[in-house]
Amino acid sequence: MPEESKNLGTLKDRFGDVIFDTHSYRGDDTIIIDKQHILEVCRFLRDEADLSFDFMMDLTVVDYLNQEDARERFEVVYHFYSSERNHRLRVKAPIPESDCTIDSIIPLWIGANWFEREAYDMYGIRFNDHPNLKRILLYEEFEGYPLRKDYSITKRQPLIGPKN
Amino acid sequence: MADLTESLHSEHMVLNMGPSHPATHGTVEFKVTLDGETIVDLEVEIGYLHRGFEKSCEKGTWEQAFPYTDRLNYCSAIINNVAYAMAVEKLLGVESTERCQYIRVITSELSRMADHYTNIGAGALELGGYSAFLYFVEARELVWDLLEKVCGARLTSNYVRIGGLKNDLPPNFEQDLQEVFKECRKLYHDVDTLLRKNRIFLDRMREIGGISTEEAIAYGFTGPCLRACGMEYDVRKAQPYLVYDRLDFEIPTGTTGDNFDRYLVRMEEINQSMRLVEQCLKEMPEGPVNIDDPLIRQASKDKVYSKMEEMIDLFILVSEGVKPPKGEVYLPTEGANGELGFYLVSDGTGKPLKCRVRPPCFALTQAMPRLCKGSLLADIIPTFDQINLIGGECDR
Amino acid sequence: MGVENFFGDNIIFTRVNDAVNWGRKYSFFLYPFVTACCGMEFMSLAGPRYDLDRFGAALPRFSPRQADLLMVVGTISHKQAPILVKIYNQMAEPKWVMAFGVCTVSGGFYDNYATVQGIDTLIPVDVYVPGCPPRPEMALDGLIKLQNKVQKEKFSDYPKGAAPTTPA
Repeated sequence: MPEESKNLGTLKDRFGDVIFDTHSYRGDDTIIIDKQHILEVCRFLRDEADLSFDFMMDLTVVDYLNQEDARERFEVVYHFYSSERNHRLRVKAPIPESDCTIDSIIPLWIGANWFEREAYDMYGIRFNDHPNLKRILLYEEFEGYPLRKDYSITKRQPLIGPKN
Repeated sequence: MADLTESLHSEHMVLNMGPSHPATHGTVEFKVTLDGETIVDLEVEIGYLHRGFEKSCEKGTWEQAFPYTDRLNYCSAIINNVAYAMAVEKLLGVESTERCQYIRVITSELSRMADHYTNIGAGALELGGYSAFLYFVEARELVWDLLEKVCGARLTSNYVRIGGLKNDLPPNFEQDLQEVFKECRKLYHDVDTLLRKNRIFLDRMREIGGISTEEAIAYGFTGPCLRACGMEYDVRKAQPYLVYDRLDFEIPTGTTGDNFDRYLVRMEEINQSMRLVEQCLKEMPEGPVNIDDPLIRQASKDKVYSKMEEMIDLFILVSEGVKPPKGEVYLPTEGANGELGFYLVSDGTGKPLKCRVRPPCFALTQAMPRLCKGSLLADIIPTFDQINLIGGECDR
Repeated sequence: MGVENFFGDNIIFTRVNDAVNWGRKYSFFLYPFVTACCGMEFMSLAGPRYDLDRFGAALPRFSPRQADLLMVVGTISHKQAPILVKIYNQMAEPKWVMAFGVCTVSGGFYDNYATVQGIDTLIPVDVYVPGCPPRPEMALDGLIKLQNKVQKEKFSDYPKGAAPTTPA
């Protein structure tokens, strides 16, 4: 059993009650936290000197419909990178289908704006306090959220022209 | 002047630089609010080339996603292929052979050169330098001729496979490459002398579109645009993959982060890429290019047609696909625009559960309003050129 | 409509018709409606090696009012479709449309919620150049076929009217 990485240890000490699980599958440190505390955890990740995660690299959502061992249907996944310490971290926050909302991390990284809009556009996750939460890759008249597993891939909604 | 204009009823004009515009590379819409010629506000709308990359990848097997990855950053298609193949190999827990890694580096760097040629050529074209465009299009044709000899296609190569490559390098590749590089260096010198000290080019690019390093990091900048601000972050040096840790190359950085620095960084990166390719050709070992696991990478055709095991494995591979164990990985690589990362989630079957690409130019385009507010309308053109938005990558 | 219906099919009008078509086919003003990867091959086509200028089609006119050949280069998504129809309607007749690349011909391998399955569902197309992306020689072949088509046109073919999918 390889020993747990230092970062995971630091985070477990500070946020033990909020972290559901951690793992380092294939060398990628990952923590799974309660979605209510996402802003707090991200602020700690950015400001703490040992961690200093200054880059918010990626923000996406995974749909675990029909997967038996998933906690909730959706999971918002954040990837962070620290240029000073040269280490990476993945943060995941499970989101139930009944309450598809989570706090926006724009106050910490302004670059999260469009990533959150894309998550809303493709999966329907609403980000609280987002300044401009509207569709970004698809047009306003589109109904539904195409990357959800129950949206059929060939279900077209043309603005103009024939349906198929 | 101000008191004269007080009695005039004036309001800001909203201009639409629409999705079909000669100077915007790729389809983007800019809603510009103007006060005379000065930009008061800028709103960027993307998504006109959304082609459903993620949903298409989830429809087929892991191997069937390669053509879709080609068309992400279509200027440097092989880098996308390599990044995706490496991410799936990380998920499977295998490593490709040494010769394969060297060839992947060679073809990636050739693709990076083609991308920078396209970007600088088109950038010069928008500012009126048609000759620079023609020279660099010819240089790009020569590089594409080389890639065509290797994999059969100029643009959408579909060359890399999980666990190896489609085929080995052709014979006489090294001689062909030496000739092409001689010609490319001549064309590079021509364009350099045309643009670097050109009064018009300098006036339009210097001190336009600058940004500080802290702001750039907050927006998620990576790649040449971040290196132009002065920060030395390149995934090939920070977290080396393939054989980059054995090769000797430099990371060019700028100082002010304006458009001219971005141009200089890209020009120097072309030289560094040529250096990398020449080193790889000298150090590359002989050996197989595909790994020896027929359930991941199909065995050669003579074995498939004569042995039972390999034929059964080929059937399983093609019909059900490679089956990585349940889990998730994120693999960062250095694309031509910045950090190109693939986040893959596997549920144990042959089809991906999630195949996410972290697009470098998505974060860069997001900063367009910050870069352009306060400058003139004509400054959108060089700034947007140097951001190098590639529609296939930003909109996926 | 068309002069030959008035005066009959006599030799003066056929010669004038031929001369007008000859002028039209060797002086296309392109409107390159470039969206995606095929745009790279279009840049090669306009470049020094595969030269479009030899065929008289060198000058792109970036205003639809001044162009007569609409080259739709690259995938058209459903978000982009109304804009394509608008540009087509703004062009003055005579005008021709070249569908460059398999995404415009039939949607390519993007059979999903976002892509138009062929631009001929929106606007009438004159020549289809498949390929992903097509080699520049294929595009030149398409251009020559279009030139042959233009040579055979008559005055009575025009006007053709707005695109069938124009919203009211």
